[in-house]
Amino acid sequence: MDNINGLLGGFADVITPMNLLIALLGVLIGTAVGVLPGIGPAMTVALLLPLTYGLPVEQSLILFAGIFYGGMYGGSTTSILLNTPGESASVVTALEGNKMAKSGRAAQALATAAIGSFVAGTIGTALIVLVMPQVVDFAITLGSPEFLAIILVAFVGTAAILGSSRVRGFAALLVGLTLGLVGTDFVTGQQRLTFGSPFLADNIDVVVIAVGIFAVGEALWVAAHLRRKAATVIPVGRPWLSREDWGRSWKPWLRGTALGFPFGAIPAGGAEIPTFLSYLTERKLSKNPEEFGKGAIEGVAGPEAANNASAAGTMVPLLALGLPTNATAAIIIAAFMSYGIEPGPLLLTKEPDLVWMLIASLFIGNFFLLVLNLPLAPTWAKLLRIPRPYLYAGILFFASMGAYAVNGQPFDLYLLLALGFLGFAMRRFGIPVLPLIVGAILGPLFERHLRRSLQTSGGDLSGLFGGPVAWVCYALIIAVLLWPLLARLRPSRQEGIAS
Amino acid sequence: MSVQDIAPATGVGDRAQYGVCAALALLGVVVIVDATRIGAATSSNDPVGPKALPFIIGAALVLISVFYALDVARGGVGEAEGGEDVELGAPADWRTVGLLAGAFVLNALLIERLGWVISGALLFAMSAYALGNRHHARGLAVGIVMSLTTFYAFAIGLGVSLPAGILQGIL
Repeated sequence: MDNINGLLGGFADVITPMNLLIALLGVLIGTAVGVLPGIGPAMTVALLLPLTYGLPVEQSLILFAGIFYGGMYGGSTTSILLNTPGESASVVTALEGNKMAKSGRAAQALATAAIGSFVAGTIGTALIVLVMPQVVDFAITLGSPEFLAIILVAFVGTAAILGSSRVRGFAALLVGLTLGLVGTDFVTGQQRLTFGSPFLADNIDVVVIAVGIFAVGEALWVAAHLRRKAATVIPVGRPWLSREDWGRSWKPWLRGTALGFPFGAIPAGGAEIPTFLSYLTERKLSKNPEEFGKGAIEGVAGPEAANNASAAGTMVPLLALGLPTNATAAIIIAAFMSYGIEPGPLLLTKEPDLVWMLIASLFIGNFFLLVLNLPLAPTWAKLLRIPRPYLYAGILFFASMGAYAVNGQPFDLYLLLALGFLGFAMRRFGIPVLPLIVGAILGPLFERHLRRSLQTSGGDLSGLFGGPVAWVCYALIIAVLLWPLLARLRPSRQEGIAS
Repeated sequence: MSVQDIAPATGVGDRAQYGVCAALALLGVVVIVDATRIGAATSSNDPVGPKALPFIIGAALVLISVFYALDVARGGVGEAEGGEDVELGAPADWRTVGLLAGAFVLNALLIERLGWVISGALLFAMSAYALGNRHHARGLAVGIVMSLTTFYAFAIGLGVSLPAGILQGIL
């Protein structure tokens, strides 16, 4: 029971008055920023990264755990009260949640979302404790060729499976890989794509990329298409659930959790598929299917739980393998790296105290979230009325501050603007941003494993095909890549699958 | 959820997408040209060397630009991203974007000379103006409060590097 001991140690580290205060602060700020319209969880985390710069690593992880869950919950408040979800994982929540809010049941929708998030987050975090060390035990037996193959699966998965267009996904991935190339080669010291600039020789900081693509890109994109008439916000009182609502909610919470966690834990699983599956399941199992489409509480409870459980699930590949499977996880990896901590299978052996403290903070952050959000919901709803010019000016303000503070050089601000325009163009042309971030973060790691694999084999290409794990990965990649061809060859069957 | 490479033909395709293809191809060529510049640096210790991956990525970029162009020619359209405050019906408002970029560059130019408190406040006020704020004094006041707060909280409280500029010694 090493992991239980580790977790208890983690709790002991977190439960000091100062650290609890920091956790509370993280949840408050995370929720407040996450509630702001136009700011999804990934942007919340990216914008709040500078908060962690001056803190010691332990406290910054505690703060981050709070921001992580707070940002997630804040996003669902926005989609229930505004009906225009900022990110794809909340689309399903908005479906029934906003209908409920319109028919005067906003308080119940927010309550089932908050309690469902708590239930899913707690179970999900408990599952991390159980599963993650197992994955680590397995992962430390893997060599570079296997890791190379796993990273390739993550590449192909984020580029080809998530999003609606493979071509656009791969284009984004390749641009991200190119950004990852910029700088000094770690083996030979050769400069690549630096064009003689000493600023670029030091590699492009992942924080600058994330903030540029998520925050600046989004702000510029919205600025170009700003809705002149603000969307209507539905007023809300203190969230509560009646006995009947509890009865209708608890099973969807559990089913949503069961669907969400595994999808979050596999590379390229994401939160969109499980939230959607959860919605379909609840509609099928409901005793009141006629309410769906008019504001059924099951349709909020299930997907919200699935969304949060999936977020917890992403922590497994993040902590055990160093693989980010969604945008928020990608930015957390960037935060780790800014402390010189290398995420990967050795993380748990090298920094066990940090890992367990982070997990304990997730439990605590999740608890604070429940305690805070039920009474504070009306306050959060007021944030939705913030004047839009101030909101987006504020995003640019904090993005600039964060990017400048990374290295303290104005060059990063120009780079940030350039990346912002790249993010703008990607939104304009429907090119997904996640593959770009994943490529930029994992590209250097990919190259390291590639070179190490071939070094071991003395340059022989057979060195790339390590053991069975690598074979399975390559088989998966080939299956994913060939799938559209196979589907096209069998048009009669495709109709059944596509629906 | 079904993944579809080819969107149904909508009649008028989005021609600007060819620009994206051209940009991708150009980027690919730049990556390859830059890689040829790197001296032969492979050794028995490092059989791959620093050139291999740039060549692969550059070639893949050129290749994907061709596939992208084929997709566009077949009527493929990338759906522009929606959002809470986004209205996609109207054409892009370039004046606002240009003003925001101007405010951004001004901040980059001034941050070390005048310091974050002044450049940040200007960035906020100008951005808010560009986005339609017409309470100039209030916008500037909010900007000054924000830049002062962040300066004291981050630079002085947390030790994050934000320049004091000409206000050095006053703040």
